[in-house]
Amino acid sequence: MAQTLTQNSSAPVLSVSNLNLHYGTAHALKDVNLEMARNQVTAFIGPSGCGKSTLLRCFNRMNDLVESARIEGSIRLDGDEINEPSTDVIALRRRVGMVFQHSNPFPKSIYENIVYGLRIAGVNDKATLDEAVERSLKSAAIWNEAKDRLNDSALGLSGGQAQRICIARAIAVNPEVILMDEPCSALDPISTLKIEELIEELKSRYTIIIVTHNMQQAARVSDVTAFFYLGELIEVGGTRKMFTNPEKKQTEDYITGRFG
Amino acid sequence: MKLFWKTGEPFVLVTGAALAVMLVMTLALVGVVMSNGLGYFWPRELVKFEMKDGSFALGQIMQRENNPISGIRRLQLKVANRDVFGQDFRWIDDKDIALQTLPADAMLLERHEHGNYFGFLKGVTAEGVAAAATPQETLQQALKLVSDKLDDTRKIKKQMSDLNHTSERLRLKLLKLEYGGKEKNFSEISEITVAREKSLAEFTRLNEQASATLAAIGRITARFSDVAGGSKDIALMDIVAHQRPNSMSFFTKCGAYLERLRELLLDDPRESNTEGGLFPAIFGTVMMVMLMSVFSLPFGVIAAIYLREYARDGLVTRMVRIAVNNLAGVPSIVYGVFGLGFFVYGIGGSIDSLFFPERLPTPTFGTGGILWSSLTLALLTVPVVIVATEESLASIPKGIREGSLALGATRFQTLTKLLLPMATPGIMTGLILSMARAAGEVAPLMIVGVVKLAPTLPFDGNFPFFHMDRKFMHLGFHIYDVGFQSPNVEAAKPMVYVTTMLLLAIVIVASSSAIYLRNRMRRKFTSSTF
Repeated sequence: MAQTLTQNSSAPVLSVSNLNLHYGTAHALKDVNLEMARNQVTAFIGPSGCGKSTLLRCFNRMNDLVESARIEGSIRLDGDEINEPSTDVIALRRRVGMVFQHSNPFPKSIYENIVYGLRIAGVNDKATLDEAVERSLKSAAIWNEAKDRLNDSALGLSGGQAQRICIARAIAVNPEVILMDEPCSALDPISTLKIEELIEELKSRYTIIIVTHNMQQAARVSDVTAFFYLGELIEVGGTRKMFTNPEKKQTEDYITGRFG
Repeated sequence: MKLFWKTGEPFVLVTGAALAVMLVMTLALVGVVMSNGLGYFWPRELVKFEMKDGSFALGQIMQRENNPISGIRRLQLKVANRDVFGQDFRWIDDKDIALQTLPADAMLLERHEHGNYFGFLKGVTAEGVAAAATPQETLQQALKLVSDKLDDTRKIKKQMSDLNHTSERLRLKLLKLEYGGKEKNFSEISEITVAREKSLAEFTRLNEQASATLAAIGRITARFSDVAGGSKDIALMDIVAHQRPNSMSFFTKCGAYLERLRELLLDDPRESNTEGGLFPAIFGTVMMVMLMSVFSLPFGVIAAIYLREYARDGLVTRMVRIAVNNLAGVPSIVYGVFGLGFFVYGIGGSIDSLFFPERLPTPTFGTGGILWSSLTLALLTVPVVIVATEESLASIPKGIREGSLALGATRFQTLTKLLLPMATPGIMTGLILSMARAAGEVAPLMIVGVVKLAPTLPFDGNFPFFHMDRKFMHLGFHIYDVGFQSPNVEAAKPMVYVTTMLLLAIVIVASSSAIYLRNRMRRKFTSSTF
């Protein structure tokens, strides 16, 4: 039951079909079919343990790190199948960046944090790196705060700043898609607001998929919302429609706070 | 009162008290060693006793106590002159003393043989030294002359040692050629034989020259008289140092003290290790510990990386981990026996039969040496490094690994760029612990390469500079040897404390430099700039 989205006419960036994922004996994702359009923000919502983070981590094959995970089905990024053993995972992860729930700056300077992805890709030209640092810090709206202390340790930053550094770090390698796994759950309202504004801006250049527990946040930042429950994709649709007139009873119950 | 118990305050006190007891004991240990060791070099006064029966005694007061049987107060006097009196120490009862003085001209001589001599200078017999105003000045001039002449013989000795080295090398080459077939290598053999005979002849010539010079120097003597009235001619070249402690000012004493410290740190031991310096033992200990680190650090770190980062967490991994942890608890002598069987006889023996067959049955690597000792100790300390590295890798948050992988890094890049630098402080802690353990370990070394007196250092100016096959001296073994195996235990007692102090100092210096490095690294990886 592939649900084609009508908001954008171009071909979907990511398309998931018949995806099943097992952790050992637990069936974590059940027959998920979903497409995500270019330059849109898609929000995954649902109660804890519903599989939304698991699905997110399928897009850059982070589930490879979990030994017991077994994945069946197809995920295509711009038409390329990524869910095959022969897929170049390193190249895939450069195309699909990720921001985590807890900001995880490396114990290096701010500068080295930003250029980390470039350095491991073999880029060592000073001018290129400098340019990338400035571009990504500006994109992540933290250039003004960080430009004078690029050589200070990134561990000294506040939570919100650190999270924006992590976003800048993901942007620095020029991905097509940015995955955000509850990026604001550990932040105060002001930092959250800044991140949300940032998502709004980044949308024009990147396709963003965000997992969130915060209904208002999903309503504010996303174009499309997908609701998951117990490993199943219950409903997906335009955010406005989802929040005002959902088709399924479960979706309405969850959004209005009757369960979950 | 009830409230006092309820607050839990008493238990805090108990923990504090336990810590205090531990601290006091540690300080007491260091204090005992320091006070006994550091006091040894301070020039003590030479006291002359006139006894009620008319006899005399001269010496340094070592301790005072009540005779355990009669209860009479008595003192222990170091009278030295072992060759004259037969023993170094004697007890004197306080009630027998008639008069106690500090003669200004009483001299203390440190000799190459027979320990110290306490007495009075009578005169000097030396050709070429004009009698100066006082016998003391004459002695000074004569000593200077002797030391100049000894410097000359030292040059000859150096030449001799080089020649010896050359002819030994030629001998081994000869053995190898003969082993390869006498007829085949006939021309080369005869060539080398000629060269070797030439260097041997030169050696004999130099040896005769040296002995003659030494005999001539030995004829320069000074006459001393002891307190009992006997007199003795002592060759000046036998005198290591001399002082008149009763007429020394405080600063002269300080100078003498520093001179003794220098000797301790930089000179070779004398008199079956009870006198002189500890340089070979210090050098051996430090070099052995460093070699040990070179072997155990990379090995341990790599093993830990595999265990923590790459190995599947299954039954085998857990078994290996338990085995590694238990390995740290195996008695060290077991490692010594293993080292002897595996490294010395197994590997060393194979090396000998493969590369040095011509020298057999004289072993080259097939006997204890610094290489095998370091490897044995590396084996002993590698579990410590593995455990420390694993712990510090495990303590790195998952987010760092995921963050790096999500940026397209391989696991190996993540390891080298992030995990290893972050784990370095923990790895250094493991290294510190293993170095401290290796420096103090004696039992296994006794069977894989430590000796009482090594004729040469494991590092010198002869190619290939590092002689891994050589036996070496070690401070820990030195303590045991001097304290329990020396012919004159009472005289050696201060040396035991001094050696202990040095061993402690080496461990402390090594540990603190590693701790300094670790803290510098730790600062790099924690937030401190804001």
